[in-house]
Amino acid sequence: MTTLVRHLMWTAIAAAALLAVTYALPPFRNYQLATAAAYLCATAGLTVLVGLSGQLSLGHGAVMAVGAYAVALSQNRLADAGLTGNGVLVLSLALGVLAALVGGLIVGLAAARLRGPYLAGVTLAVAVALPAVTTVWAGVFHSDQGLSVYLDPPPAGLGYDFPLERWQSWLALAGALLVMLLLANLLRSRFGRSLRAVRDDEAAARLAGIDVARTQVLAFVVSAGCAGLGGGLLAVLTQSVSPGAYSLTLSLFLLMAVVVGGLGRLAGAVWGALLLVVLPDLTHTIVASLTLSPAAAQRLEGNLPLAVFGLTLIVVMIAAPGGVQGVVRRLLP
Amino acid sequence: MDRFLFLTVDGLAKGAVYAAFALAVVLIWRAARIVNFAQGAMAVATVYAAYSVTQATGSYWLGFAAALASGLVLGAGIERVVMRFVPHTSPLNSVIVALGLVLLLQAVLGALYGNEFRPVETPFSRTGITVGGVALLSRYDLFVLGAVLLLVVLLALLFTRTSTGLRMRSAAFAPEVSRLLGVNVAGLLTFGWALAAAVGALAGMLVVPTELGLHPNTMDMVFVSSFTAAVVGGLDSPIGAVVGGLAVGLVLSYAAGYLGSDVTPIATLALLLAVLLIRPGGLFAGVRTRAV
Repeated sequence: MTTLVRHLMWTAIAAAALLAVTYALPPFRNYQLATAAAYLCATAGLTVLVGLSGQLSLGHGAVMAVGAYAVALSQNRLADAGLTGNGVLVLSLALGVLAALVGGLIVGLAAARLRGPYLAGVTLAVAVALPAVTTVWAGVFHSDQGLSVYLDPPPAGLGYDFPLERWQSWLALAGALLVMLLLANLLRSRFGRSLRAVRDDEAAARLAGIDVARTQVLAFVVSAGCAGLGGGLLAVLTQSVSPGAYSLTLSLFLLMAVVVGGLGRLAGAVWGALLLVVLPDLTHTIVASLTLSPAAAQRLEGNLPLAVFGLTLIVVMIAAPGGVQGVVRRLLP
Repeated sequence: MDRFLFLTVDGLAKGAVYAAFALAVVLIWRAARIVNFAQGAMAVATVYAAYSVTQATGSYWLGFAAALASGLVLGAGIERVVMRFVPHTSPLNSVIVALGLVLLLQAVLGALYGNEFRPVETPFSRTGITVGGVALLSRYDLFVLGAVLLLVVLLALLFTRTSTGLRMRSAAFAPEVSRLLGVNVAGLLTFGWALAAAVGALAGMLVVPTELGLHPNTMDMVFVSSFTAAVVGGLDSPIGAVVGGLAVGLVLSYAAGYLGSDVTPIATLALLLAVLLIRPGGLFAGVRTRAV
């Protein structure tokens, strides 16, 4: 059985299982599942970049924003022009990915010349500059306020009372499955082997005839495209986009997710994406169970996920660099 | 012309702070080959410590001392408790751990003090002194410039005139050889982190009143500007950090003055990219770090 057929089979099985899950879950949980799927697009892309090409990006939240803003602008323009429907949404998402690909290419071209902390610094500057971009071109991006995103109701064929959340989770899950399928194949290909070779020993890779710079730029572009789709889907889910939603903290959260999930394995990205959704929910439940004054509870609720994420990042990096997926693989030989 | 003069002077005053902060970045880079991305968050923590002390005692200067002291303790603590145990398999590891520290520190500060901006007092007036009809430096700007100048002189003396400084340089350049010669490399590393954090605390104390106020994320942008300053000067060079800081201060001041204050983060990014693409080792690098 070829790799492609095997991956297609796994995707089909996953799709069927997830479809059943979306029917079993109540709307709010479906929405959370959709959010995790949108994050998965970004964390999967980031896993390829950080884990397999060894390039660190602190600006993937900003790349998600590029996709999100592109989707928002195109959805709204097309709706203004009288074009609606779910074909239009696919077109908008494709434009979001395209915009992110272009952004990724620009940063990637610079990144291929930079190393470790330098690249991290540049991508950090990208993440910090994002709100300024939306303010300077306020006519297009509406500053801090952001844009609302037009979204059609679920197709009429699905029935009159089909829940919006289930439809959203279908959209996001379809995107996430597509990303996982493409990346899984990509990593098994010649390109995937080149990536690992470049990460492990640049000089040896060059001697083996691999174009190091090209491989690194390509890794950046691929991972940016995935993040763009994730951002676009997130915009579709929340039906809005603003710089606050794609802050430096989001970039750090994405990085935390891929590190904790397990760098270098796509399965790790799944753990990471789930963690991004489950952890804030969990801390909310914990804070709600404590008896605190409303002000203290609010303070704690905003900051507890941050503290947990930060602490997890430090502990995992020092104690279990393989992440969750590393532990899982050790337990299930 | 008046405007240009004002922006230049203002840029130098801002640049002095970036220079101090860039020095903190360079100190740790030289000692441990780590760019400490948690530098900003660590500095904010010390400024909050100063804020609490000043609130309790009513004295700015006690708060100032508290910031420096808490910087020393925080820097040493982070090196001893966290950084020492980071595996050296990849240079990314320490960056990632530092980012974890950023999240953790900001969260703890946010939980303790709340996520609103708190105004911070200054010991001197921030109104500009008028010279020949042009409002130039304020008393506070002069204080900032003086403090940074003093810092640079003290650091230069430490590294060139004391045996501790000499040992720090040898430990950073050739840790194995230094260890064989009886230099306490681990201890000096801790000292390096403590010193850098105290320098960061000083920079934080100087810059926070000129920003929107005290907030767990106040230093994010300052860190990016200072990182740019350190890169402009070359991460290895303290003199480069000072020159780079002043250069970044001037560029940002002109950009804000002529194009609008919203532009500064974009200007920082553009400057950082330009320097890295044209001269990746920085302007003061002795050795070319890498050829593509």
